[in-house]
Amino acid sequence: MNGHSILKYVFFDIIRNKWLVIYTAVLFALCSGIIYLSRDETKSIASILNIVLIIVPLVSIIFGSMHFYNSKEFIQMLLTQPVKRSAIFKAEYTGIAISLSFGFIIGAVTPLLFTGISKAIFLLLFAGIFLSLIFSAIAFYFSISIDEKVKGIGILLFLWLFFSVLFDGIILLFYLMFSDYPLEKFTIFFTLLNPVDISRIMIILNLDLSALLGYTGATFLKFFGSASGLIITIVSLCLWVIIPVFLANKKFKRKNF
Amino acid sequence: MIKISRLNKTYNKLKALDNVDLFFEKGEIVALLGPNGSGKTTLLKSILGLVLPESGDIFVNGKNIKRDFRYREMIGYMPQTASYPENLKVEEVLKIIKDIRNKKEYEDELMKELKIEEMYCKKINALSQGMKQRLSAALTFLFDSDIIILDEPTAGLDPASADYLKMKILKEKTKGKLIIVTTHIISEVEELADRFIFMHEGRVKIEDGIDKLKVQNNGFRKSISNLFKEYEWS
Ligand SMILES: Nc1ncnc2c1ncn2[C@@H]1O[C@H](COP(=O)(O)OP(=O)(O)OP(=O)(O)O)[C@@H](O)[C@H]1O
Ligand SMILES: [Mg+2]
Repeated sequence: MNGHSILKYVFFDIIRNKWLVIYTAVLFALCSGIIYLSRDETKSIASILNIVLIIVPLVSIIFGSMHFYNSKEFIQMLLTQPVKRSAIFKAEYTGIAISLSFGFIIGAVTPLLFTGISKAIFLLLFAGIFLSLIFSAIAFYFSISIDEKVKGIGILLFLWLFFSVLFDGIILLFYLMFSDYPLEKFTIFFTLLNPVDISRIMIILNLDLSALLGYTGATFLKFFGSASGLIITIVSLCLWVIIPVFLANKKFKRKNF
Repeated sequence: MIKISRLNKTYNKLKALDNVDLFFEKGEIVALLGPNGSGKTTLLKSILGLVLPESGDIFVNGKNIKRDFRYREMIGYMPQTASYPENLKVEEVLKIIKDIRNKKEYEDELMKELKIEEMYCKKINALSQGMKQRLSAALTFLFDSDIIILDEPTAGLDPASADYLKMKILKEKTKGKLIIVTTHIISEVEELADRFIFMHEGRVKIEDGIDKLKVQNNGFRKSISNLFKEYEWS
């Protein structure tokens, strides 16, 4: 059997999962609500951005790991048959990544389309898809490595908290401690270590919301607003997908079932 | 048909397989014996590629199975605990596996005898343990594979199904297949096996027992129980 038919069964399984539908519906309700309540387009995009940055990584992590843990029997069944391990991994990851991206597009992007097409929507689409791909890959890596479901999901939730909240706190602390030094360049580098921050800054700077960034905004704007900055942003987001996918695949190939 | 050389597998410092060397020929039924935790399942899973050993090689029909997957076409495997996707119906599981194997002809004798059709519309999580075992047994023989690997096949089966399965094993042997079976039921070894392998703490202790024990005057069963006792205290 080739990878396509495994993918078919993975999709068949995911589509029957009610949580994907709930995720899409909640996202849709939230985003439509925001658009309806605040008539100011830039403001509503900023609010939607904040929701997307919190919810998309969280749902990708939980949905990705739950799916992997629940698919263990299916995977074991396939592994006793003449099927290549990497074909199973590819099908599972592709299935999750595509489903989460579609959930995001339908839930968060379609309500925005009613306000008209803008650069902001395009950027949000871009960021949401990347975050879905990145965090489901991270979820796969840890679910493959850790057999106990509770422990695996626990670690993943901590990681989500780290990237969404703690990371910025640590940088701020660092900033305050070394406030006498010119640290803007370091901050830019640190930002690239957090996919949530990359996405946030990419959108904020391109939407002229950079006043929100305080006094480092100028340096950021100079970097992320430039052409080379944009390329570096895209490259680092791609690396944030490729590296976890690569590591997860490697783990999967060596796992004992 | 299967050659295993210097196979080692460790689970966090515990040696589950310790330098295992074995050879299996076609047309024989080999019983794999040993106390709980002696490494029987680990050995069988290594042959299937479910467990990846640290060192050593396994050859199936002369080909090293490392990084290969096609050789599993030749194997029908019944795991110790059957695992199928819980939310699928029996019918769907069968469809998927047939789709994977992509074979036109089926050996569906067991499907009838083990009454699999009756549970077609049931979901896997609605099956009893024994029903799952029956499904698993039927699937093992479905593709007429040259190598049949059975990990405690009769555990949990009702007597009628167990007898039927044993008969099937003997019948398949006459087709020239290799059958490897683990069991804790000594009478089964006597009924089925041409020889047995005895494992203890990951090591092969006896490789071709049976004829010697069968002719000993105190009987086969007693001899095997003695064997288990001997290693229990070592
Ligand atoms: N996934 C695993 N993680 C850690 N240790 C394991 C794992 N699987 C097996 N072991 C250990 O490896 C050893 C061999 O186990 P194995 O399942 O091969 O035994 P067995 O001979 O099949 O036993 P039984 O007769 O109970 O089926 C045992 O000590 C077991 O605890
Ligand atoms: Mg076992």
